[in-house]
Amino acid sequence: MHKMLFTLWDRAGMALVFVLLFVGCCLFVPRFLTWYNMTGLALSVSMVGMVACTMLLCLASGDFDLSVESTVACSGVLAAVVINSIAPGPLAVAAGIAAGVLAGGVVGLFNGWVIAVLGINALITTLATMQIVRGLGFLVSGGSSVGISQPGFFALGQSSFLGFPTPVWITVACFVVFGLLLHKTVFGRNCLAIGGNAEAARLVGINVERTKLVIFTLQGLMAGLAGVVLASRITSGQPNTSAGFSLDVISACVLGGVSLSGGVGSILGVLVGVLIMGTVQNAMNLCNVPPFWQYIARGGILLAAVLFDQLKRGRRRNLI
Amino acid sequence: MEAYLRFVGVGKRFPGVEALCNVSLEVAAGQVHALVGENGAGKSTLLKILAGVYPPDAGRLELGGRPVVFNSPQDAIAEGVAVIHQELQLVPDMSVAENLLLGRMPHRWGWLRSRALFSAARAQLVRLGEAIDPACAVRRLPIAHRQMVEIAKALASNACIFAFDEPTSSLSQRETAKLFDIIRELAAMGCVILYVSHRLHEIFEICDCATVLRDGRCVASFPDIAQASSDELVSQMVGRRIEDIYAYRPRAAREPALEVEGLTGPGLSAPLHLTVRRGEIVALFGLVGAGRSQLLYLLAGAARPRAGALRLLGRPLAPGRPADAIRAGLVLCPEDRKKSGIFPSASVQENIHLSARRRRGRFGFLSETSERHNAEACVRRFNIRVSSPAQKIANLSGGNQQKCILARWLTGDVAVLLLDEPTRGIDVGARSEIYAIIQNLAEAGVGILLATSDLPEALGLADRILVMRQGRLVGDLPHAEATEEAVMRLALPETVPAMASV
Repeated sequence: MHKMLFTLWDRAGMALVFVLLFVGCCLFVPRFLTWYNMTGLALSVSMVGMVACTMLLCLASGDFDLSVESTVACSGVLAAVVINSIAPGPLAVAAGIAAGVLAGGVVGLFNGWVIAVLGINALITTLATMQIVRGLGFLVSGGSSVGISQPGFFALGQSSFLGFPTPVWITVACFVVFGLLLHKTVFGRNCLAIGGNAEAARLVGINVERTKLVIFTLQGLMAGLAGVVLASRITSGQPNTSAGFSLDVISACVLGGVSLSGGVGSILGVLVGVLIMGTVQNAMNLCNVPPFWQYIARGGILLAAVLFDQLKRGRRRNLI
Repeated sequence: MEAYLRFVGVGKRFPGVEALCNVSLEVAAGQVHALVGENGAGKSTLLKILAGVYPPDAGRLELGGRPVVFNSPQDAIAEGVAVIHQELQLVPDMSVAENLLLGRMPHRWGWLRSRALFSAARAQLVRLGEAIDPACAVRRLPIAHRQMVEIAKALASNACIFAFDEPTSSLSQRETAKLFDIIRELAAMGCVILYVSHRLHEIFEICDCATVLRDGRCVASFPDIAQASSDELVSQMVGRRIEDIYAYRPRAAREPALEVEGLTGPGLSAPLHLTVRRGEIVALFGLVGAGRSQLLYLLAGAARPRAGALRLLGRPLAPGRPADAIRAGLVLCPEDRKKSGIFPSASVQENIHLSARRRRGRFGFLSETSERHNAEACVRRFNIRVSSPAQKIANLSGGNQQKCILARWLTGDVAVLLLDEPTRGIDVGARSEIYAIIQNLAEAGVGILLATSDLPEALGLADRILVMRQGRLVGDLPHAEATEEAVMRLALPETVPAMASV
């Protein structure tokens, strides 16, 4: 019994924290448990959730990606520009979406090539591409926001299905797809192996370079998709949007127990991390906490989560 | 017999060192071929070339008379090569099963077949006779089990060429015996086996023939190991004849240097009392997992004891902080050099000086000149083989790295030196030098507590042998009474009947 409780705590400590947090919010935060607020909460975490799915792969394999925030902005702008430049119709919308997503993929592929093939540290590489891509976004947009002329495009971000907005469904789909990819395929296990011990992975014949290329390309594609969805929601391409978004995504992953040194991470953990971040933010908004204090609260929560994780690990070490 | 694996004139240069020069070597199918030599002789480099980790600069490899080029580990694996590297290559947070089949997990169109994965892993572990749970994370396994997992990983690859690099350094007798059964089985099946070890008795036990490497060259080969003697092998390895590498001299023990009373803490199962006198070498012997390293960690302040008192030269010492222990003159050379000993990216000079008692010059700045002079003096005193003290420590052989770590502590006053497996993975030549350093220190009045799992080392070097078993001290034998049988009888767990011979 004691052992079972311990295993539950070990495996699902953060999930328990989330459940307590959620129940607490339901009880004490006015207007929290309403349909309107729940859909709003889901929508607010959808973008972080989408990108966190691939950030999980990235962190699991021992790397980082700081450039996703710029990719989100640049892809949105590119989608807007492409849509405006083609005669109105479904073709224009499709072309815009494809351009945004593929542009993200190209950025990811470039990141992957520099990191895996040239062997440059991921932090430095994506710090550089973050600025390069931000600049490209401004160049493509001419420096200001690009309004989108075709309402057909807005369905992507603003329609809903079974009561939930479409972006939420996209995020759910991403969690399912990338969860299966990480936990149920050889590719996913190889990602974790590379993060856990890159040299061992190389010596057993795993193609480390190719795996990293794929991971970063997927990361870019997802950031591109998130950018297109965002453009659809706000009906324009904004070159200066999403500053700090990369760190939000990484924070959510860390909250969900993903190790920054690689080798450890699970999709359910990331889901919980994303939901905790979103719930806290949502509750603070409902309670009219001033935004400056919200920053402090979010930072504090992240730190507390990491300490909590270390506490758990410490107990684990004593078990050996 | 026709040679199956052949190295022809293989050469490899690294910046500043010629690791291999014109090495030619042939191994026939069904043969176990020993590769012996001091550390830095080029054995590991040769195995890494075989594993495809790096290509040779000169010469070539032939398999069954056909030249092959390995540009990556994938190429080597595709040709049926499996190398068990000296440093364990496992992913700590993955399960035993996943580690065993890493790189070739059973799948259907990319989808992992978990059940097949676990049954294949279990089959390999059964073959090794190990009771290891395939679902357990490797991080939770003791080091001996990790080594067995590494071996099972190679066996699971269905290779036909196996190279073992020091596979037994952390195995117990029972596991070593099991490994040897498997090697014999592989040889009987016609596999090609290269075996690297510093333990010469193992080589005589398991190998058919031997090649001696020295400074990157083949210096001798013994086509039939039964015709060779241990002394011949050693003299070829070091280029001189070694009479007795321990050279034990009796010493007069003086007043107590370190007194430990009622120590309890992680890894210890009963309160522990011990005394190390000045000028005394005390060996701490025990099987893997007996708690030797944990005890040294507690003494050095690297782990926090739950209770107990330490006295150093009669003065009480507060436990739990390495800096306090070091300033008082109680220092530790840890077991895992790579992980806890050296700063791999720093120079020899920096490594010698980096400690809590680094002397600061005027206004707290470091004095480059005096540190360089001191480093040069250490290099001479301990015979460390470096081109200059500015050389990176990572490029040195294990023996020379260990001498640097000894130098780190011995540039100031030391009352008690704690050594944890000081000669693990170190060749005979460097070992005898390290033994001489240890004995000189003892004669100069330093108390030495040396944890080891190498029984001949404990018997050959120590004035007194303390035996640990399952987290408690179970014996205290003076040099004259310590025999292999007496020590092993104490060290083996009670549930297992003591082995007749060791």
